[in-house]
Amino acid sequence: MVAPWLNRRRLRFWAGRLAHMALVVLGIAVVNFFLLHLAPGDAAQVLAGEAGSATPEYMAALRRQFGLDQPLPVQFAQYLGNLLTFNLGFSFRHGLPVLELIGQRLPATLLLMTASIGFAVLAGSALGVVAARNAGRLADTLISTLALLFYATPVFWIGLVLVVVFSVGLDWLPVGGMTSVEAGYAGWDHVRDVARHLVLPAATLGLFYLAIYTRLMRAAMLEVTTQDFIRTAVAKGLKPRRIALRHVLRNALLPVVTMLGVQVGSILGGAVLVETIFAWPGLGRLAFEALFQRDLNLLLGILLCSSAVVVVVNLAVDLLYTVLDPRIELAR
Amino acid sequence: MTSNASRSLLLRAAALAAGAAALLGGTALAQSQTQAPRDGGTLTAIVQPEPVTLTSAINTAAPTGFISGNVFDGLVDYDLDLNPRPALAERWEVAPDGLSITFFLRKGVTWHDGHPFTSADVKWTLENVWKTIHPRNQATFGRVTRVETPDDLTVILRLSEPSLAILSSVNSNGAQVLPKHLYEGTDVLNNPHNLKPVGTGAFVFKEWSKGNHLILERNPNYWDKGKPHLDRVVFKVIPDAAARAAALEKGDVQYAVFSPVPLKDAERLGKLPGLKIETRGYEWISPWLFFDLNVDNQYLKDVRVRRAIAHAIDRKAISNIVWYGFAKPAISPVPSTLPAFHDASVPQYEFDVRKAEALLDEAGYKRGADGVRFALTHDFIPYGDDYKRTGEYLKQALKRVGIEVTIRSQDTAAFTKRVYGDRDFDISSAWFAAFSDPQVGVTRAYWSGWVGKNTPWTNGSGYRNPEVDALIAQAQGQARQEDRIATFKRIQQIVQTDLPSIPLAELKFFSVHAANLKDVVTHGDQIYGSLKDAWFDKAASN
Repeated sequence: MVAPWLNRRRLRFWAGRLAHMALVVLGIAVVNFFLLHLAPGDAAQVLAGEAGSATPEYMAALRRQFGLDQPLPVQFAQYLGNLLTFNLGFSFRHGLPVLELIGQRLPATLLLMTASIGFAVLAGSALGVVAARNAGRLADTLISTLALLFYATPVFWIGLVLVVVFSVGLDWLPVGGMTSVEAGYAGWDHVRDVARHLVLPAATLGLFYLAIYTRLMRAAMLEVTTQDFIRTAVAKGLKPRRIALRHVLRNALLPVVTMLGVQVGSILGGAVLVETIFAWPGLGRLAFEALFQRDLNLLLGILLCSSAVVVVVNLAVDLLYTVLDPRIELAR
Repeated sequence: MTSNASRSLLLRAAALAAGAAALLGGTALAQSQTQAPRDGGTLTAIVQPEPVTLTSAINTAAPTGFISGNVFDGLVDYDLDLNPRPALAERWEVAPDGLSITFFLRKGVTWHDGHPFTSADVKWTLENVWKTIHPRNQATFGRVTRVETPDDLTVILRLSEPSLAILSSVNSNGAQVLPKHLYEGTDVLNNPHNLKPVGTGAFVFKEWSKGNHLILERNPNYWDKGKPHLDRVVFKVIPDAAARAAALEKGDVQYAVFSPVPLKDAERLGKLPGLKIETRGYEWISPWLFFDLNVDNQYLKDVRVRRAIAHAIDRKAISNIVWYGFAKPAISPVPSTLPAFHDASVPQYEFDVRKAEALLDEAGYKRGADGVRFALTHDFIPYGDDYKRTGEYLKQALKRVGIEVTIRSQDTAAFTKRVYGDRDFDISSAWFAAFSDPQVGVTRAYWSGWVGKNTPWTNGSGYRNPEVDALIAQAQGQARQEDRIATFKRIQQIVQTDLPSIPLAELKFFSVHAANLKDVVTHGDQIYGSLKDAWFDKAASN
């Protein structure tokens, strides 16, 4: 007796979907590998460049150390072999396995992204609902203008202004970093310390996202309001508040969820600018630096994890659609 | 060089007479004689970019040296006039024929893990690291044929030819001694201790949180009694220049080196009561900025065109305007900060647009109907805005004489491959460290053996002159310093006549430090040296 949720159709869906996902991730990895090897120069050259001086012997030693003296097909075969055994390889530049490096940076990235996206989704959606319900009135104009302003202002500029005002000027919050290492806090003091460091970067990043959610939510709400079933709801005498929350909001959530999926997918890519300005030890900076340093193993590893997350989140979003709107069905 | 040895003996005698080794460092600066250093406190400094490894013996990059110099000691360090001072070596002797150098090591020095430091460490590192892996020292120590260690505290280098450059690069950056007991028999480049170094220096490695911070702590068993004064040094990674300025201004960070903030911010920060701008401590590096002219280019192969470009450039404007005064016009590739070697009588190419135009006309490149003679590309060294602005200045300056310049930008890997590998460029810019002996830092820009070898920071112009090659080889093996100086002056005369590259400016890198942080610069190699003399006046800031 098969469990009712595990009927043939579902089984086929999951098998197909998972195979599809694995192929996509593998395909991305292959394309990345060759794309990145098109970049001029290699890691040995970058290291020698940074060292300020070099000899051919020194560079040959580095290339041997990095495995760069092997022909490209051999390097590719090694990389592929590693991948199929779930080994992301070794970053010679950092002298650490790629997985360990990603693991070191992951908590900081997750913290920053969760805080900023959470803030953006909640505050942005709320503002969007308020704007839609007051469409054309002062509140709407104010919210829309603010959202546009945050959206149009470059992230690094917002970040720097926040630093100048709240750190240097008012001295309320730290300039950057994730902890006050000098103080050596532990326990709750440490949590409070990290939270204080988190405020400005999360706000900077959140303000940009917030604008997107506000505008998306407002537009979706307005669109759904014109639908027939809303007229029906009004006709059967429901209270406006209930209509707004149960009928309009739920249906308006679809585009927001789509957007959320896209953004969560880019979590591992991190937020290079914000991480740079606030010296936040996240993955975005690691990937960005790896690119300039031609640390291809590391960069490929981050990109691979990133693509895996995108694929998984896509699946999650698809599943969420069916919950939000029962008319949508999963199909192969 | 016997004079150096006797000077070091004198210094040592003076220190012994004073009865306190601590005074040895203190006498370097007058200001510390007036105030007794106060112990304690945590110094927070900026390291940018984040180092790759923490041992300078295998990587000579600036951030590595900045931290590594605190964990390791050199055989010597250099005072502000670049005279060697005793460190791990208490004294040294150069044989009259120049064919051997003897270092007498300090007694009772231990590595941070408790192992004694001995002559075997020096011998092993010289044979297995300096002569093989070290990016710069293969040339410097190439003439060492044998290393003898008659006892634990004596190291004798036997040379095939005299090699006076050795004594100018045996500080902890130029020739870092690694602990043999931790490195012998391992793959040196991959040794885990490169990331958690064990040295003999004033500070002990504590922790490195990648992308975040790095912590060193006071070495309680340091051989230089009474030092270091600081309890802890925290190095923070702050990638954004504006954020670095904010952190310094707020006092979160008290020390940052290698021109850590944009030049236009430096002046403003220097006026704040709590901060000081310091340009000393870079003497050992002696950086100079130049344009490399690709002599294989159809226009630039004509020396008249190269001289015309030199005449079209106002080097004063580059120093004072483009570099905000943090530079001094250069006339020779050997900077004036190496007074013994610098030749002030080389051919000078004063700023004279008319002369430049006349030379271009003479070379046969008349202005076309649109006023343009020919077009060139410029690739600037991708180390930031200052070099880009220098390139923009070049574009303007050459436009005045009818040469159209297209500026191209790329990242470091692409740049070094383009210039030193593919040679696919017309004019490039770069800065080199001359170091305290031109053999170490300057000759690489002119020796023809480097052309097209894809080795960064070597001969970019493609200059090939057998006479210069011969002189470079000759200077390396000369036993008398006067003879070497004469050879280096001859080289300067020739290359400034042929002009494959145009020296623009002697760069003045600067450090920013808190005003209450004292004695942070006591050495000519300070940025690659130790913070053992530094101390906080009044309460340490946190």
